[in-house]
Amino acid sequence: MSQEYILEMSDITKEFPGVRALKGVQLRVRPGSVHTLMGENGAGKSTLMKCLIGIHAPTSGKIVFEGREVHFRNTLEALNAGISMIHQELSPVPERCVSENLWLGRLPRHGLMVDHKKMRADSVALFQKLGLDVDPDAKMGDLSVAKMQMVEIAKAVSYDSKIVIMDEPTSALTETEVEHLFRIIAELKEKNVAVIYISHKMDEIFRISDDITVYRDGEFIMTDRAENLDVDRLIALMVGREVTDMFPKIQCPIGDTVLKVEHLSSGRAVKDVSFELHRGEILGFAGLVGAGRTETVETLFGMRPKTGGKIYKDGKEIHISSPEQAISHKIGLLTEDRRGNGIVGLLSVRDNTVLAHLKHYGFPLKHHRMREDTEEYIKKLNTKTPTVDTPVKNLSGGNQQKVLVGRWLLTNPDILIVDEPTRGIDVGAKSEIHSLITRLAGEGKAIILISSEMPEVMGMSDRIVVMHEGVMTAVVDREDFSSELILKYATSEEPYHAASH
Amino acid sequence: MNKTFDSKKFISQNFIWLVLLMLVIIMSIAQPNFFSVNNMLTLLSGEAVKGIMAFGVMFAILSKGIDLTIGSSAGLVACITAALVQPADYANAVLPGVGPLPAPLVFLIGLALGAAIGAVYGAIIAYTKIPPFIATLGGQLICRAAAKIFTNRPVSNLSDSFRYPGSAKIAGFPVIVIVFIIMFTIAAFLLTQTRFGKNVYAIGGNDQAARVAGINVEKNLILVYTWCSICAAVGGMLLAGRAGSADPANSGLNYELDAIAAATVGGTSHTGGICRVSGVLAGILILGVINNGLVMLKVDDNMTNIVKGLIIVGSVVLDMRKNAKRA
Repeated sequence: MSQEYILEMSDITKEFPGVRALKGVQLRVRPGSVHTLMGENGAGKSTLMKCLIGIHAPTSGKIVFEGREVHFRNTLEALNAGISMIHQELSPVPERCVSENLWLGRLPRHGLMVDHKKMRADSVALFQKLGLDVDPDAKMGDLSVAKMQMVEIAKAVSYDSKIVIMDEPTSALTETEVEHLFRIIAELKEKNVAVIYISHKMDEIFRISDDITVYRDGEFIMTDRAENLDVDRLIALMVGREVTDMFPKIQCPIGDTVLKVEHLSSGRAVKDVSFELHRGEILGFAGLVGAGRTETVETLFGMRPKTGGKIYKDGKEIHISSPEQAISHKIGLLTEDRRGNGIVGLLSVRDNTVLAHLKHYGFPLKHHRMREDTEEYIKKLNTKTPTVDTPVKNLSGGNQQKVLVGRWLLTNPDILIVDEPTRGIDVGAKSEIHSLITRLAGEGKAIILISSEMPEVMGMSDRIVVMHEGVMTAVVDREDFSSELILKYATSEEPYHAASH
Repeated sequence: MNKTFDSKKFISQNFIWLVLLMLVIIMSIAQPNFFSVNNMLTLLSGEAVKGIMAFGVMFAILSKGIDLTIGSSAGLVACITAALVQPADYANAVLPGVGPLPAPLVFLIGLALGAAIGAVYGAIIAYTKIPPFIATLGGQLICRAAAKIFTNRPVSNLSDSFRYPGSAKIAGFPVIVIVFIIMFTIAAFLLTQTRFGKNVYAIGGNDQAARVAGINVEKNLILVYTWCSICAAVGGMLLAGRAGSADPANSGLNYELDAIAAATVGGTSHTGGICRVSGVLAGILILGVINNGLVMLKVDDNMTNIVKGLIIVGSVVLDMRKNAKRA
């Protein structure tokens, strides 16, 4: 490989009806390097990658791959040429086994029949080469997200990819799984495979990147070696302004107990969880993936059956067996799965905003009030949308999240539960959501914050509940916060006893 | 640049009405009598029953479901209500000595019966989560069989007041068309002006999100199929009134397919979450123009069905492409 760059994209412009998503941007990737793309959501990173692998056709611009100009018309062409992409949302065939997923579209054949033996042997060989511990006969749908991702990476390797694009690969991984991923990335580098990495997690980026390119609002800002950059400078470049305080924690007076949960259980996912929540308090929930934090709040919110325990609000016992009841008790839940159970993509920003509040618009519905309320929250939350009638799926992730935040604020809850509120959204929107949460606590609302990002949960919370495999292992007060302590409890098997504390 | 953009948008938003306009123009040229007041009223009267059923089934499709029962339940309701309005001394009465009950009461009984049928399979769909296709396929067989068990011969000699909505005319204007317009108005009101309508859009678009937002998905699904079945009951009673009799084997037979076709041509998406009442109205009229126009042109029945089939499939292909572009 004599040329300096394996991939050169220059002057790429992409226009969608009414929007210029990319304005003459460039990207140069060296072979065998990890090249990170950074930028707020809507900066154009994903669009650029889609132009590269043939999902979008660029309006103008030139793509040179391995010295030749290329125009891929679809992802298969890109894949065969040696460029593969591991998407943020994986798309396996859940009911079929791992090896079938791996060789999908190019199953080894024996005459007219599929050669199952070879397929399995090839899978085993491939996994061994990459040091992956995946059972080729397991059903794809039974694997953890991390394992599925490993399979996707193996698939990319099996195509002899020269470039592997990873779009936020770590957003659903635990720390050990992230380590494993990084080892695989290192191995890919050794094989002279270039990795284009998209992520918002600063610590990761500096650990693995060789080069970093920053985009903002569809424009190319700069490319530099990672060692020449630091976090503050990167954020400044991405946002175009200095973000001074990522976690604007303001200590506000903690009021009365508003929620008391006793021995809450839900099957094997949640076992005997008890805690109290006060007005003005932000109660963090920390733990590794699979700790049962999401399941705990889902049980609280009536999304999954409660198999034991009691819930008291303002001193009175309440019974919640559906989200409808939870909402009537003035509880809101911003779920972690924005697309799965958050937005209704086809519906407008307005319809999405008022969805949890529809009971308050009378009969027949007062459409002008729905519009006014939506406009109010668009303004309050600084949501970027062309109109209130725009389908919410056309918005960027960060703005979709703001629509959902608006939905819950509109219901004026006493208790707002936010589950991974900043996952996969850009730095600017992230900091806005952080200040909003703090402000809400200041107004006397009680907040439950689930976050897998240690700096976030430690920066925002007054107290942190730590969980491990459905069991509560600690409640840590703010003055005792340290990542070591929380991580210790997050891996501890020992249940928490309020009395011994 | 802005102006050209707007005209494109206008065409894409009103595409189906432009198709209808084109069809009407073509038919009028081919057969000058086509676009006469009389023929238009004939056309509307002919499509009214299927159209009303389309206003029902579009809710089911919008919620990402389907309702195959409506043709049979229309038949069942037609037979039962017809049996209540036969003369008391009629030798061939299905329920000797019962009738004739006053028409308004019978209409209420018919609506209640329709609502009850829909509520039952709506509840089965909502709580067991079996695919609506299967639940309503079962319902279709059961309702048709129930009608045949109820009476093994056509129910005829019905009271005039029962037949009024289906067959009478006010100053030359068919009452059945008035009922059609009323049902259109109710459907449009439900869909756009009530919480129920918004809920169905949300359930069809993303039922998990709808649930988290506090929508009682089960209750709303039951309401969807209840409404479907009420529309079928209205259709069934009109059908009996129009024909002057109800036939357990043939009343409403395959009407669910015409209703689904109209809703589909009208742009209701089978993947849920997309539906416009005006579109469905246009869909009903398009199929009506083809039915009526090709009959006037003496085109062979099989040929008519081929044209209809192509239009149904073509409209969905166009819709999918339109929706994909918007993504």
